[in-house]
Amino acid sequence: MALQHYRLPDVGEGLTEATVLNWLVAEGDRIAVNDPVVEIETAKSVVELPSPYAGVVAGLLVPVGQTVEVGTALIAVEDGIGAEAALANEAGAGAMPEEPEAPATQATLVGTGPRELKQTRLPRKTAENTLAPPPPPEVDVRTLAKPSVRKLARDLGVDLGAVTPTGPDGTVSQDDVTAAATQQGGWTGFLAERGETRIDVTGIRRATARAMVESAFTAPHVTEWTDVDVSRTMELLERMKTMRMFRDVRITPTLLIARAVCVALRRNPELNSSWDEKNSQIVRKGHINVGFAADTPRGLVVPVIHDADTMSTYDLAVAINELTATARAGKTQPAQLTGGTFTITNIGVFGIDAGTPILSPGQAGILALGQITKRPWVVEDRVEPRWVTTLAMSFDHRMVDGAEGSAFLSDIAAILRDPGSTLIMA
Amino acid sequence: MTSTNAWTPRIVGDASEHPDDVAGSAPADGIETVQLLDADAHQVRHPSYSPQLSADQVRDAYRTMFLARRLDGEGTNLQRQGQLALWAPAIGQEAAQIGAISALRPTDMVYPSYRELSMAMHRGLDPVAIFQIMRGITHATWDVEALHFGLFAFVVGAQTVQATGYAMGVTLDGADEVVMVCLGDGATSEGHVSEALNFAAVYNAPVIFLVQNNQYAISVPTSGQFRGAPAARAAGFGMPGIRVDGNDLFAMNAVVAEAAARARAGGGPTLIEAMTYRIGAHTTADDPTRYRSREEEESWAERDPLVRVERWLREQGTADSYFSDLSDAADDLAADVRARVLALTPAGITELYDYVLAEPSDALVEERAQVESYLATLEGR
Repeated sequence: MALQHYRLPDVGEGLTEATVLNWLVAEGDRIAVNDPVVEIETAKSVVELPSPYAGVVAGLLVPVGQTVEVGTALIAVEDGIGAEAALANEAGAGAMPEEPEAPATQATLVGTGPRELKQTRLPRKTAENTLAPPPPPEVDVRTLAKPSVRKLARDLGVDLGAVTPTGPDGTVSQDDVTAAATQQGGWTGFLAERGETRIDVTGIRRATARAMVESAFTAPHVTEWTDVDVSRTMELLERMKTMRMFRDVRITPTLLIARAVCVALRRNPELNSSWDEKNSQIVRKGHINVGFAADTPRGLVVPVIHDADTMSTYDLAVAINELTATARAGKTQPAQLTGGTFTITNIGVFGIDAGTPILSPGQAGILALGQITKRPWVVEDRVEPRWVTTLAMSFDHRMVDGAEGSAFLSDIAAILRDPGSTLIMA
Repeated sequence: MTSTNAWTPRIVGDASEHPDDVAGSAPADGIETVQLLDADAHQVRHPSYSPQLSADQVRDAYRTMFLARRLDGEGTNLQRQGQLALWAPAIGQEAAQIGAISALRPTDMVYPSYRELSMAMHRGLDPVAIFQIMRGITHATWDVEALHFGLFAFVVGAQTVQATGYAMGVTLDGADEVVMVCLGDGATSEGHVSEALNFAAVYNAPVIFLVQNNQYAISVPTSGQFRGAPAARAAGFGMPGIRVDGNDLFAMNAVVAEAAARARAGGGPTLIEAMTYRIGAHTTADDPTRYRSREEEESWAERDPLVRVERWLREQGTADSYFSDLSDAADDLAADVRARVLALTPAGITELYDYVLAEPSDALVEERAQVESYLATLEGR
């Protein structure tokens, strides 16, 4: 039986690394050639990799979320070729240097990008180095361990070859390494437990970081707050839930706030604009495309509903439902993330009242919705328990002044205080 | 062919009756799109063109289209497995390619770009020859004269100049041949493509410019590529420009047959704009979901050329066994090509010198000797 390793190829032109997003198979699964086994994300795209081997999955060698270099073994497949065939293969490969970890020895692996270049220069023949014994391998090839475990062993100064493996198929597991480190000396083990962890910044985390820095340090943010009595909006929501036409959609405050934002944006187009530095122009957008910040397993994404102002309340509810479900499933398409002209973020779902939202790059405004709770509220000189929320809105002071920003936020507050006022405003 | 009338320029109609120039809908330039079999596999009557293919010919054409698509998928998989440096899928463009080439004689010269896998297979090329290029083993190695099929052209549009020149040679020889050159919508922006078109018209060369308009030049949609569509531009060069449903095997075949007959009779060049769509990526190095919408991709999937021909064949009474045998044959072919691709090894760097000149010059011989003696000083050789 021969264990085959599928190594990360360069799936673009000159890519050097990729992040494992999702394993599509599990250890023990029987797979055929070209069955998709793993989804990876590169700087260029998200792609599914098809297995070059048929057989049984013997090990998934890279955990989800880890970024690895081109040439790293991703998955081990037991190909079921008999011992004799395996021996014959070994005999045939006898002329090759024995170092299965090094992709350079895989003469057939062509799509591995620039990483290999540093290894391809052949040394000159001299009397000295022709006689010299072959250099020792960098790693102990007899010990099976995932790359992350090898790194841990290196970091903790543990000799992998000396560790008793207890992992699947005789591999050394992370626990084996930490146990060995603790035995070697108390301090190393202690440091491993208490030390800092370094998390690689990739994918959405990196995109978020870049967008936030770009926005925060180019657009001068002004944030305004207002507390609103939304009791009548909550009553309306309850009424809608009992209506036949809404029986198959989820009705949430976000829906009515999105409607209010659309109405207010039409009345205050300054907030539906972007700044064109190059041409010294303010671009007033013709469409109202509302983005909804969503916390997903893959990080913060802001899917956009295009022309939200032209939709019926029912259609908007359906669109928000779908967008949320797609985002939670991590299936939002890149095209759904572009073209936004204004963003709504609901921090109320985390039990928070207000904050300073940072603009999506290129947009003039962003509205943060706080939690909706019963609070004491003064109604005609009496204190009454009412449904109250805090709205916090940031705007780009390059193109929006306090008067316009305030008018916009007041409009939203007025609609939520009295939903009937849209009949007058819209 | 019901009509091979002398060409008269088409009048550009009222753009307002057409929808936006979104990729996937009819361009708003008023040029008619010739269609003989619609997306639901219903035959469409056309005043000037009629289907030229018998059921047996359609079965042969479908076979090549089907096998090519299976190998195309294998190409993408092999790239994802680190076995090819790159793969440029042609899935979705099979009818445009096979419809066109099946209207020519086997002795008519064809200049491909780099996406004409099915055309190459139609001409009898062992597909491994193409995989070998994509593996970076060597340049194209097939016998152009024997197959009457040019080498893949990776310099965008360069093949159009060669095709025009070759066609001018055909005229000088007084030969009874036609030349067809394949290019994409993006290539029409290249300066030398305009030169090729102009020369072809001025010299009345027997050449067909087949523009497979697959809507995108890598990620640039045609709306960002040109205002005057290729079919409309033909008039400016002084040749007929005909737009065809590129996913319609019958229309492609009929329109190319007419253009070939005109060229053979001394009527000069024709530009054919085949409206099609590459269902896959530009190459394995890009991600089409970043520049195309799912709706657009779905709307084109409904117009899949293979589905259309399969429906037509079934309606003509083609047995299920034909399709299941073909599917088995495709799997066998893919497995065979995979095995042979995995066994390919580079020929060595000095192979470069074999193809520079037919009779190597003294300087070339000397340089080759120098490289060989240098390589002999390295270990591992």
